[in-house]
Amino acid sequence: MSVPTAIEVEGLSKRYRLGQNLGGYTTLRDSLPWSRRAENVQYLWALRDLSFEVPEGEALGVIGPNGAGKTTLLKILARITEPTQGVSRTRGRAGALLDVGMGFHPELTGKENLYLNAAILGMSRREVRRRYDEIVDFAGLEKFLDTPIKRYSWGMYLRLAFAVAAHVEPEIIIVDEVLAVGDARFREKCLNKMSEFGREGRTIVFVSHDLGSITQVCRRAIWLEHGEVKADGPSEDVVRRYVRGAFQETPQATFALNPAQRVQLLSAAVVDPSGNVVDVPQRGEPLNLTVRFVVREALPLVDIAFSIHDRRGIRVLDEVWGADTGGVLTIDDPPQEVEANLTVPPVLPAGDYVLGVWLGSSYDGKFLDLEALRFRVWPRPDDPADVSERDRIAQPAVEWNVRRIGAS
Amino acid sequence: MVADTERERPRADTTAVERPHVDRWVENRPGAGWSAAALRELWDYRELALAFALKTLRVRYKQTVFGVSWAVLQPVLSVMLFTIVFGRLVGVPTDGLPYVVFNYAGMILWLYVSASVTSAAQSLVETRELVTKVYFPRLVAPLSAAAPGIVDFLIAFVILVAMLVYYGITPGWALALTPLWVLAAVATAVAVGVPLAALNVQYRDVRQALPLLLQLWLFASPVVYSSSLVTGAWQYVYALNPLSTVLDGFRWSVAGGPAPGGSESLVSLVVVVVLLVTGFLYFGRVQRSFPDVV
Repeated sequence: MSVPTAIEVEGLSKRYRLGQNLGGYTTLRDSLPWSRRAENVQYLWALRDLSFEVPEGEALGVIGPNGAGKTTLLKILARITEPTQGVSRTRGRAGALLDVGMGFHPELTGKENLYLNAAILGMSRREVRRRYDEIVDFAGLEKFLDTPIKRYSWGMYLRLAFAVAAHVEPEIIIVDEVLAVGDARFREKCLNKMSEFGREGRTIVFVSHDLGSITQVCRRAIWLEHGEVKADGPSEDVVRRYVRGAFQETPQATFALNPAQRVQLLSAAVVDPSGNVVDVPQRGEPLNLTVRFVVREALPLVDIAFSIHDRRGIRVLDEVWGADTGGVLTIDDPPQEVEANLTVPPVLPAGDYVLGVWLGSSYDGKFLDLEALRFRVWPRPDDPADVSERDRIAQPAVEWNVRRIGAS
Repeated sequence: MVADTERERPRADTTAVERPHVDRWVENRPGAGWSAAALRELWDYRELALAFALKTLRVRYKQTVFGVSWAVLQPVLSVMLFTIVFGRLVGVPTDGLPYVVFNYAGMILWLYVSASVTSAAQSLVETRELVTKVYFPRLVAPLSAAAPGIVDFLIAFVILVAMLVYYGITPGWALALTPLWVLAAVATAVAVGVPLAALNVQYRDVRQALPLLLQLWLFASPVVYSSSLVTGAWQYVYALNPLSTVLDGFRWSVAGGPAPGGSESLVSLVVVVVLLVTGFLYFGRVQRSFPDVV
């Protein structure tokens, strides 16, 4: 017997008016026929003629670079926005978790926010009351439920938000990157919850830049690029092809300013000691990674972490700088730009890598992009051809010592 | 954790397609307006509307010194001002009622309408974060914005009762019609607030213009003066403002005085119904684009 379909997407396309979502709202004057703004309207196709099906109980991962249309796809599946063409169908309700703590109000207590947030995510009061203890348990915040959440730390805020989200039970679960916030232990807890949902036979659609968690949670993955499906198949295969194929030509990424973000990445690059971008980073040479942030809020003690994933999604490097390592950086007159440099000794074998960047303050994550920069480490000209093909994580300068030690 | 089959969670869909051996299919395709399913879904989301209204109420009086007494202070202070200006200095006719009572009765219902229209107009823009990240029938936002004001109105109403007792005013049988006028005020607020909410998403001019328009509306309504100032055929023009009938009717019910005229009331009723229908249709036509525009 074939498994029934849970999600059907047919010829789905979505067109945005450029500036519509970026430059804010229009005023009446802008829409008058003689307005200058009305003349040069440009459009962007976020999704183009997308078609696929997801059988019931499958966990589908969606990967792709920023701006590939991943979030747009989720928003259409969850009916938050409508497609320009085509149709998406879900069997039962698709509950989307595009952010945590939606609707949280700082003046309300933890308990009041719990009920409000649950209602927003589609839980009835009866259902919340029935599972109240379970939710409070998961959050571990019994003592603080009557405290306004403006007095919560970021970690407490997240725990409350996730506790509610984890107890909503739509037929289809749609998750976008929310796991990226919070510390590693918390992320692990959330990934476990997702895997648990999967074992219960729920249909999951999961978007993430963290390729490792995609392969952990999903058996199948779709790679979106410019709104089209570039690859669709077993998640390990798709992730491998994605990391290998989609690296940037020049190992440098710059990001548009977005004043709405409290902490934002400006640029990430592989540079030489004098700060110029290295076009062809080579194996066997130290790798200088440099990253610039804008910090728009006062932060007591800044922690910064870099991670490097290889093409299989294995984390080869995860380094933290900050209070625990004796580094002191305080932002008390925001906005400030912060530059962080990390020199990696020559250990990485030739191959494609993804740099992840995290910035936080006293364990509270303020910013995370696990795909800040993709770069390729090239083999040395004198490397034998097969060296770069070998599967390995590290390739430091080793010293061989082989000799004959006499007859036996 | 067992996937229970009996969940009371609202089941959402705009176009339900019945298929053999499956549950309900929820579809998302371009350009769906109002439908029976969409209206049923609105009912399914009544708990969310309640949650929004409760949130507004809870937030409003947190960290305020006077707390809930603001619900009374606001109309009382306005009435004091108007009593000095219009009651003492100008001396407008008040259908035989003490000016304080006349003005206060009109003021508490007017404040309900103006506060509800203002908060409905801002409802979608203020929940921008939600509108772009969660699905819910968008109409829930402006509708729930009309609810919290009722609580303020009821609190202020208690003071009105005290005033009536103090001045020895005994209402007649029309007192029984009071809920009807309050309901009419709610309908008026919704009829004006819903299209404004949708318009505000697209054109933020609404927020700028609204305070001015509300001020005009206040003086086009019998709050500080009696509608007996308007005579002849002008009465019908005056009745195009539904609040002229609603406020007169409310005052008639609680404090006596002249009843609103039958044909004028009909004009007001037609205006409210037309506003409601066109407002809902307009909202339905543009609501799907909110997340992309707001």
